[in-house]
Amino acid sequence: MSTQAPEAQEEIRGVGHSVRRKEDARFIRGKGNYIDDIRLPGMLHMAILRSPFAHAAINGVDTARAAAAPGVIAVVTGELMAQHDLAWMPTMSGDTQAVLATDKVRFQGQEVAAVVATDPYLAKDALELIDVDYDPLDVVISPQQAMAVDAPVIRDEKDGQSDNHIYHWESGDQEATDAAFASADRVVSLDTFYPRSHPAPLETCGCIADVDGATGQATIYMTSQAPHAIRTVFALVAGLPEENIRIVSPDIGGGFGNKVPVYPGYVVATAASLLLGHPVKWIEDRSENLISTGFARDFYMHGELALNADGRIAGLRTSLLADEGAFHADAQPSKLRVGLFHVVTGSYDFPAAHVVADGYYTNKAPGGVAYRCSFRVTEASYLIERLVQNAAYEIGMDPADFRKKNFIRKDQFPYRTPTGFEYDSGDYEAAMDLALAKIGYAELRKEQEAKRAEGSLWGIGLASFTEAVGAGPHHDYDILGLKMNDGAELRIHPTGKAILKISSKTQGQGHETTFAQIVAEELGIQPEDIKVQHGDTDNTPYGLGTYASRSTPTVGAATAMVSRRVAEKARKIAAHLLEVSEEDIEFTRPNFSVKGAPDKAVTIQDVAFAAYTNFPDGMEAGLEGSFYYDPPNLTFPFGTYAVAVEVDPETGVWHVRRMVAVDDCGVRINPMIVEGQIHGGLTEGYGIAAMELITFDEAGNCIGSNFVDYLLPTAVETPRFELGETVTPSPHHPIGAKGVGESATVGSPAAYVNAVIDALWPLGVRNIDMPLTSAKVWEAIEAAKAAS
Amino acid sequence: MEISITVNGEARTADVEPRMLLTHVIREEFELTGTHLGCDTTSCGACTVLMDGEPVKSCTMFGVQADGRQVTTVEGLADAGGLDPIQTAFQEEHGLQCGFCTPGMMLVGAALLERDPAPSEDDIRWAISGNICRCTGYMNIVKAIQAAAKARSGAAAAATA
Repeated sequence: MSTQAPEAQEEIRGVGHSVRRKEDARFIRGKGNYIDDIRLPGMLHMAILRSPFAHAAINGVDTARAAAAPGVIAVVTGELMAQHDLAWMPTMSGDTQAVLATDKVRFQGQEVAAVVATDPYLAKDALELIDVDYDPLDVVISPQQAMAVDAPVIRDEKDGQSDNHIYHWESGDQEATDAAFASADRVVSLDTFYPRSHPAPLETCGCIADVDGATGQATIYMTSQAPHAIRTVFALVAGLPEENIRIVSPDIGGGFGNKVPVYPGYVVATAASLLLGHPVKWIEDRSENLISTGFARDFYMHGELALNADGRIAGLRTSLLADEGAFHADAQPSKLRVGLFHVVTGSYDFPAAHVVADGYYTNKAPGGVAYRCSFRVTEASYLIERLVQNAAYEIGMDPADFRKKNFIRKDQFPYRTPTGFEYDSGDYEAAMDLALAKIGYAELRKEQEAKRAEGSLWGIGLASFTEAVGAGPHHDYDILGLKMNDGAELRIHPTGKAILKISSKTQGQGHETTFAQIVAEELGIQPEDIKVQHGDTDNTPYGLGTYASRSTPTVGAATAMVSRRVAEKARKIAAHLLEVSEEDIEFTRPNFSVKGAPDKAVTIQDVAFAAYTNFPDGMEAGLEGSFYYDPPNLTFPFGTYAVAVEVDPETGVWHVRRMVAVDDCGVRINPMIVEGQIHGGLTEGYGIAAMELITFDEAGNCIGSNFVDYLLPTAVETPRFELGETVTPSPHHPIGAKGVGESATVGSPAAYVNAVIDALWPLGVRNIDMPLTSAKVWEAIEAAKAAS
Repeated sequence: MEISITVNGEARTADVEPRMLLTHVIREEFELTGTHLGCDTTSCGACTVLMDGEPVKSCTMFGVQADGRQVTTVEGLADAGGLDPIQTAFQEEHGLQCGFCTPGMMLVGAALLERDPAPSEDDIRWAISGNICRCTGYMNIVKAIQAAAKARSGAAAAATA
């Protein structure tokens, strides 16, 4: 039975190994299975007619010509949906959203009608034949316009809604903060706009609804980051029995938050399939994706820092205006109106802080999703890191020294922030020191001085972010009442191979590899022997999905815990096989051995076989378990990013000379994948800082409705990144991991912008709102020159 | 219209509408779904295929324009001898995450190495500048193409030795 001497065994490729990704085998062969690759027998194709106006009353929708067009099977209108009580649906923030417009349209690109046809080209052709009689109305495109007393009321259909205000929200201690400001020696403030951007995954959103009228079974293939939550929402919205709904999320071509919400197209396709008895496919085109699905940010932020004479910060005051679009559809925990924005005190030891936020309806697309970000942490991190840099300059301190003076010290953890978070662990100074050393900060400053003397504009920017991720503990975090706890099921087969079923859903993060590595670490089964199943609600445990960097903190923890649960039973079986008591068994993965007699051993594979062939009397057969993890706290990844730029004073063009990113995400499961995640986040952060912008003209027309106008970084302008790491494990996570998918998007925009502002500071430039296009930088330089 | 295209070395015919995009001909008529559609505006390169060895964006060509031409898609990269070095390199260097841009990136990389077996980093970055990746930040895609160049030159050296 005892097979191999432990020294002859291959090393277990568990936590800390850069295991090559299992999922790549299909992707490099073009054998991925994305939503548009799925074809079902008898499948029909749906296309959506969208509003050309940002705000207009609908007098009528005439579908006669479209219905008679070649290949058209049905035309669906809001009126038809209303007959089935499906013209409106609930949003994730407790509001309602039109599925197909009935009374009026409230943003350009809103869904008005849909055509179902035998062919996607014919479906689009027929859209042109639908006649909608619109009466254009006055348009509101900013929260400032929305709050005007004479502003048109966008949500006039809602009972009790007489203006465009949605919510008022506060966090922190106003009295203590006011006192801090009253006694401060100096106050530094910053007004900045974090503009609307879009996650723009390379694959757009889509679904295939396959509802069998005879059995009532609804199988919906969907590009969803949160298939289980979507199933429950469908049960609630459509009144379908939940056991008959199966959401299958196939391979997803990027998500970044865009694929969390329920979109009207999903609901219409499902209704159409139910009514027509055929599978109905709906795939967005790029313009539909950019103009109608979950945008991000659109926050007007005011921040004030109270400072004492010695350079210590005494208080933080922020007020926000959030542009929520026409329906309040933020994907965020129910109890939190602006997500986790109150983590805005960041990496600093603030005695007092107070946050005030107000959200408004506008005639813009809904769906404030967190674009690669944990619920508005990005906006918070940007504000504090910009404010801290400006404050340092105002009092004549180096921004690195100013940060260090005010960091939460290593010995202060766990640290309670004035807005109620308890940071789990951190060593901010160590991460900063490493970043400064890697970029050669002191030398760069000297170089900068010399360059300035020659008239060149060189800048150095820092950002020392702290994120709050991994929602979350059940008493604080839920979406529509669903607790944000996630599950894992593990079954070990007789031959010692395994299947792990998880509630989260990869969109490129490599779950099929990293979660197998967690089991490998815990049980000693090699990752290639563990199949990871995800995305199909019929075959995986419940959970709220993959966003907000929550997969490792929640599902990763559940995976470790279920492995430990299985190991407990395995230990009993090993004791039976080795004919000793359970207490005498030592588990040095993959071997169970007798304490003091390491040669007397069985492997996890021996135990697995015995679990089905030779288990003790009174024990159930099999070796499997499940676990739902309720995190005791969020996790708080952190790091310091350092950027060196050169700005051309004649054109405003800036380029990144160096970009150093030091991340501390706790224990790294697969370092190769972690670094890949950071590269991607730094690039999206660069895109946001430099070019990504969804904006609107006065009439509410979306500017940025395709990739010619909505610019994304290519390989040419994307900086070359230099990475570093420190490791401060999370004390409450079973394997000490914190999550890393979003750190770089959260932390890096401020670093890039701080570098450009650093370059222009001597000219008198104090702020430029993102994106920092060369035109805006040039204008800022010219305005500063004119003012001096 | 009846068209004939040599796809991955195999003669294929299809009866298509003149307005049907080449991407759709490849995906729907030839059932090769490794060619993806990302933007409709020739911006992202997810739909890249090789036509007579040169990368083209198949969302901006009609299928009828490919009549009589040789088209290589991602499914044609590997042969009976196994994976192309570019495929192995993308996996080894972690040059992909969600995998959606990967077919286009690999085809552009393979075409680049055909005409320049030892490109500089800048050459590689310019060569893939018509292909957008939202996941990797391009760092490991560049490394993968460099690794594939090395593997190909190693294989060529071994073949002549």
